[in-house]
Amino acid sequence: MTIVALSFYLFAISALVGGLFTVISRNPVHSVLWLILAFISSAGLFVLLGAEFVAMLLIIVYVGAVAVLFLFVVMMLDVDFAELKAEMARYLPLALLIAVILLMQFTLAYGNWTWADKAIDSRAAVMPEGMENTKALGMLIYDRYFLLFQLAGMILLVAMIGAIVLTLRHRRDVKRQDVLAQMYRNPADSVELVDVETGQGLK
Amino acid sequence: MAIGLEHYLTVAAALFVIGIFGIFLNRKNVIILLMSIELMLLSVNINLVAFSSFLGDLVGQVFTLFVLTVAAAEAAIGLAILVCFFRNSGTIAVEDINVMKG
Repeated sequence: MTIVALSFYLFAISALVGGLFTVISRNPVHSVLWLILAFISSAGLFVLLGAEFVAMLLIIVYVGAVAVLFLFVVMMLDVDFAELKAEMARYLPLALLIAVILLMQFTLAYGNWTWADKAIDSRAAVMPEGMENTKALGMLIYDRYFLLFQLAGMILLVAMIGAIVLTLRHRRDVKRQDVLAQMYRNPADSVELVDVETGQGLK
Repeated sequence: MAIGLEHYLTVAAALFVIGIFGIFLNRKNVIILLMSIELMLLSVNINLVAFSSFLGDLVGQVFTLFVLTVAAAEAAIGLAILVCFFRNSGTIAVEDINVMKG
């Protein structure tokens, strides 16, 4: 068995184990950690496929951002997860049934499957020979697929604004600094000079 | 035995089935539901990259970038809605999210 085959099986098995334990783990923090394992193993699969840029992007975006976001939310929300997990056994037969049926359908679909005759001729962007993956991808997305690239940025912008708007809240009982009010204060409004008789004090 | 396209497709199919399995298994826990959706999107990405690699067509990887973007945006928005909902109701059970049914 070559080193490529060995690492493929290693990454594939750890991706599947990570995915499975993400789903059946009792503690949601463990779920997030298993999810990170699945993502990193898939990044390894992508490296084996020769897609280094997407692999690194997967680690940066999924492990660095999405999984940490999940971790924050799991730790921030004070939820009784034991109660949520209690009914897992009730749904297990239905879930298994649907999973097995879906797996059989996939087997049927993948069982007799061939490339179309025109598949090679109808490639939209042939991989250039002797150019590394990142450079080739860059030549493509900054040139022919520039609109798609910009739209991806737009989607991220909208998601960012939406997330901020959804989670922002103004607390009424917290005092905030009002810079303009501070600047427009004048001494006449705020200071009052009072003549105090000796020994009487202020009323 | 050389590793062919079928091997990657099998892994992707199994990961997708695990995602579906998770959705049906964790009917009440929205966080695990979102994680299952991420798993399914990951399996779709594996399919796209595998076909892209074996066919020698880079467009699959370009589309993977797009799917990755949408998945990240979806996770951010979903978790923001979840935090918002938890603040209002004190629970994240899916069965309680039917107040808008009219």
